[in-house]
Amino acid sequence: MTQSLIDTAVYAELTDAMGAAFAAELVTTFLEDAPNMIAALKQGATDGDADAYRRAAHSLKSNAEVFGATALATHARDMELSGLPATAPPIPALEAVYADTAHALRALLDA
Amino acid sequence: MRDTPGRLLIVDDNKVNRLLMTRSVEQLGHTAAVAENGRIAMEMLAAEPFDILLLDIEMPEMDGFEVLEALKADPKLRDLPVIVTSSDEGLDNIVRCIELGAEDYFPKPVNKVLLNARVSASLERKRLYDEQKKLLDRFATVEVAEHLNRGGFAIGGQRLHATILFCDIRDFTAISETMAPEATIDLINTYYTLMFDAVSSQGGIVSLMVGDGLMALFGAPKPIENSAQSAVAAAQDMLTMTAALNDERAVVGEPALRIGFGIATGEVVAGYTGTDERATYTCVGKTVNLAARMEAHTKSVDRDILFDEETRLRLAEHTDCEALADMRFKGFSDAIRVFAL
Repeated sequence: MTQSLIDTAVYAELTDAMGAAFAAELVTTFLEDAPNMIAALKQGATDGDADAYRRAAHSLKSNAEVFGATALATHARDMELSGLPATAPPIPALEAVYADTAHALRALLDA
Repeated sequence: MRDTPGRLLIVDDNKVNRLLMTRSVEQLGHTAAVAENGRIAMEMLAAEPFDILLLDIEMPEMDGFEVLEALKADPKLRDLPVIVTSSDEGLDNIVRCIELGAEDYFPKPVNKVLLNARVSASLERKRLYDEQKKLLDRFATVEVAEHLNRGGFAIGGQRLHATILFCDIRDFTAISETMAPEATIDLINTYYTLMFDAVSSQGGIVSLMVGDGLMALFGAPKPIENSAQSAVAAAQDMLTMTAALNDERAVVGEPALRIGFGIATGEVVAGYTGTDERATYTCVGKTVNLAARMEAHTKSVDRDILFDEETRLRLAEHTDCEALADMRFKGFSDAIRVFAL
């Protein structure tokens, strides 16, 4: 892996600034909400709705940046900026990065 | 003042962002409400007051740009400070937000120190502005306040076509001599309440109040369709209300009030007169003098409402007016035609 899943400095800053309990609540909310965003991304791709696709990628990027989830943020940002491609949107790759990120975030919660 | 908490509205379609922003705002000692998109935010802004809007750009239904545009077009919300918080890419969007009136633009995740500084500064500005507005509303009419808010304050003039109305209570000095001071002020205030109501319901504004005398403008600063007709209608409304007031006064044995109205139509010079420290929006010129002379003349001819030919020409055809003897008023070289209702 070329990019770290979680930038621990960013995550530590979040916990310091907002309190550990709140940071945990935020992570839980993200883990609950992210599948909706990925679903919206897929729906946008299926419907050919470039706006919905871009918006879902944008939301994922924005949230990933909150937790220092660098790899996920980079991936989502690329999708946001390049827009909905004519064929084969890179959703499976994003889902894989998300699965790893979610795993890493859960580990941080349990730590 | 700095420590007074503000009420902020956070607009973001993303749950994590809403939670994070709410927490940040609350940690800074303020209270927050949230809206999921621009449309909901506009509904909330219409329903309750907020001090600052924290606005995301990328949102379904109504995005941040559309919210900024809607705020700009609404005189009541135009001055609400907006801080844009977005993870939007590109300088263009930032420039667009600032051009649309946003106070500042913060990339997400928002730096809390910067947010605190900006929120405090915006709150202070908002409070100062609210206070100014309150003062303005108290000492100027809605139209003049709007005029000032739109164009800013500048001593200077403008030529307009308008109708001027003067009125005062006949023999008020004699009436008030037998009255207690409180009763005198109370009576004047009742009279002003009725007169303001009559003038504003006809689209005019009260420009000056001196003792029991009052000057109202129709057609300035905002043009109205038929300023002459409106001024005459205001005078008639006022007479009807005075009659009702006199009925009440008769019951308690107080003398009837009689009010004289002088109305003139024509070109006036309108603007803020005074100094930078103290000024008032008013009209000056020959038309104003003529209206004042007409009002004074009501006593000599024992009529309630007198007006000039320019006013008469603009009244509805069926209006029942009577031409009185021409007058040579002080300050006017020619004889002036005088009409009574």
